Amino acid sequence: MAEMETIKFSIYRYQPEAGSDKPNRPYMEDFQLEVPKGSDMMLLTALIQLKEQDETISFRRACREGVCGSDGMNINGKNGLACITHISELKQPIVIRPLPGFPVVRDLIVDMDQFYQQYEKVEPYLKNHQPPPGTERLQSPEDRAKLDGLYECILCACCSSSCPSFWWNPDKFIGPAGLLQAYRFIADTRDTAKAERLRNLDDPYSVFRCRGIMNCTSVCPKGLNPTKAIGEIRKEMLKEEL
Amino acid sequence: MVAGVLSLTRNGLRDWILQRISAVVLAVYAIYLIGFLLMHPYLHYLQWLALFHHTWFRIFSLLTLVSIVMHAWIGIWTVFTDYVHPYWLRGILQTLLVLSLLALLFWGIEILWGIY
Repeated sequence: MAEMETIKFSIYRYQPEAGSDKPNRPYMEDFQLEVPKGSDMMLLTALIQLKEQDETISFRRACREGVCGSDGMNINGKNGLACITHISELKQPIVIRPLPGFPVVRDLIVDMDQFYQQYEKVEPYLKNHQPPPGTERLQSPEDRAKLDGLYECILCACCSSSCPSFWWNPDKFIGPAGLLQAYRFIADTRDTAKAERLRNLDDPYSVFRCRGIMNCTSVCPKGLNPTKAIGEIRKEMLKEEL
Repeated sequence: MVAGVLSLTRNGLRDWILQRISAVVLAVYAIYLIGFLLMHPYLHYLQWLALFHHTWFRIFSLLTLVSIVMHAWIGIWTVFTDYVHPYWLRGILQTLLVLSLLALLFWGIEILWGIY
């Protein structure tokens, strides 16, 4: 039998609907998991195994390979995706909390409504006022390259949930995820609504709450740079308005 | 679309660029004043008075004062809207901010143009 080692966890628990056997307020609960020594499992795999110990532990997950963006959580103080985080890279006890600043529904599951409302505000779809051509709208490879680093976002909310400006004004500041998508369509040469998109963002909150602290860029599990995209939006606004 | 009724311009882009321009004015004025003080290690009141007798320096000082007012209005308004959530308290603080900045501006003009 393979040699085993013990991994320690401290997990945020909140089960408002639970019966009298659990506290009706948030608390941290310690867990231990025996894993084969030297095994380098992903945090999500560990969480699934912990759920076998205590089936009430709740979290979202789907693709388990960093594509769906369901399992964003705060891991040892930094937001990330559990499915692509190696437990060997983490200091123990591994402290897992829900995404900061979002209302907690249960354990590691947060309410994403406001996040999606901000995303909806930037109208994340192509707008073209010219009559549609017979075939698809063509784009040169150079113009297509302008969308690299923008289109890859999986909406896991790791960025917006690490942004203090989003914590304080989640109803008014679009947040890094939404703004990255806003710029994805502003930069798209097939989109003809650029001026209208920029006008919709020029109030004191939507874009300009960003103070450039780059938390979003430092946590993005896909390696994207929302701060740079926000800078580009400001530059486009200046070009339009100067 | 949201805009703060007591923000300086109610336009994010304009607030943003005014804050940057005013920052440059403040930096240039600060560097000039520090340079002046270094060049006059035994500064006498009459030398200080002579500096403020130049019309260009009074205008430069007034420009700096206006920059302080704009810079602080935008910056502190942002801090209040981040951290003060009861709307009535936010309203009172923002009003006090605007009134004290305007008072500072008028007082500064009085001082600058009161030098003989």
